[in-house]
Amino acid sequence: MTPSDPTPPRRAYWQGLRDGGPFILIVGPFGLVFGIVATEAGLNVLQTMAFSIAVIAGAAQLAAIQLMVDDAPTLIVLITALAVNLRMAMYSASLVPHLGAAPLWQRALIAYLMVDQAYATSFLRYERDPGLSVRAKVAYYFGVITLVAPVWYLGTLAGALLGEAIPASIPIGAAVPIAFLALIGPMLRTLAQVAAVLVSVLGTLALGFMPYNTGLLVAALAAMATGAAVEVWTARRRPQVRA
Amino acid sequence: MSLSQSTIWLIIALLALGTFGLRFSFLGLIGNRPLPEWLLRLLRYTPVAVIPGLMAPQVFRLNAATGWPDPALLGAVVATLAVGLWRRNAIWAMLAGALTLALLTALR
Repeated sequence: MTPSDPTPPRRAYWQGLRDGGPFILIVGPFGLVFGIVATEAGLNVLQTMAFSIAVIAGAAQLAAIQLMVDDAPTLIVLITALAVNLRMAMYSASLVPHLGAAPLWQRALIAYLMVDQAYATSFLRYERDPGLSVRAKVAYYFGVITLVAPVWYLGTLAGALLGEAIPASIPIGAAVPIAFLALIGPMLRTLAQVAAVLVSVLGTLALGFMPYNTGLLVAALAAMATGAAVEVWTARRRPQVRA
Repeated sequence: MSLSQSTIWLIIALLALGTFGLRFSFLGLIGNRPLPEWLLRLLRYTPVAVIPGLMAPQVFRLNAATGWPDPALLGAVVATLAVGLWRRNAIWAMLAGALTLALLTALR
C-alpha cells in the first residue's frame, strides 16, 4: 500500500457493506411485492425467481408483468421494460472513468449487479474520494451490493411462496420514490447539480407524452448538459475556485 | 394472462440479455480507453440527471379525486431531500422520508 492509496480494498469492501446494507430495508419489501404480483399474474415460482435473478431490475420487471397481464404483444413487453432500463446504459458510461480499468470479468459482474442503489452509492463515494484505487472502487461496489442482491432474491422468493397469505395492500409503492431520492440529497453540493436536478424533473414531466418512457432519456441528457454548462459557467465566474 | 409457458420464458430470457447488454455496454466495450474531458464532465451529472426524472411522474402524479399531488408523499420527499442535504447520508434521508410518509399518512 502506498500513501497515495490510503484505503485498501478490504476496508473499502467493508465500507461499501456498511453504506449499502441498510438499503435491504427497501429492497426486501420491494422484492416481496414483485414475488406476489408475478405469481398472482400466473407465473410459477421458478419463473418468478428466474425473473428476479436474471433481470434484477424491479421497476422494469413490474412494468413487464403488468403488460403480460394485459396480454400485450411480446415485442411491446420487451421494448417497454428495456426502455425502463435504458438509464442503465448511462450509468454504465459514467462508471467508465472509475471502473474501466478493472478486469473484464469484474466489469461483467458489476454490470450484472448494476441496480440504482448500488450504482448511486458507489458513484457518490468515487466522486468524493478520487484517490481510491480501481481495486478499492471495485471492492466498495461489491460491498454495497453484497446484501442488496441476495435480499432482492429472497424477498422475491418469500413473495412467490407466501403469495396471498400476505395482505395485498403493502404500502410499498409510495415508499419507492423515497428510496431513490434519498440518494440525491447527499449529491447536491453545487449549483450545477441543483440545476441538473431541476431540468431532469421539469423535463421528464414536460415530456411525459413521449412513448416508452423516452422523455426521461431526453430530459436526462438535457440535465447532464445543463449541469456541465453551469459548471463551466461558475468556474469562469470564479476562476480562483478552479484548482 | 394467456401467454404460453414458452413465451413467458422467452420474455424472461430476452429481458435478461437486453438488460445486461445495457448495463455492460459502455463499461464493457470502452474499458480503459480515455474519454474526452467534455464527456467526463457530462457523465459526472448522470445520477442527478436520471434519478429525479425517473421518480418525478410518481411524486407529482395527480390524485383523481383532488386534482393535486399526494401531500403526504410530497412532504416525505421534502424531508428525504432535506435530511440528505443536511446529513450527507442516504440512509438517514431514507429513514426520515419513510417516517414522514408514515406520519403524514396516519394523520390523513
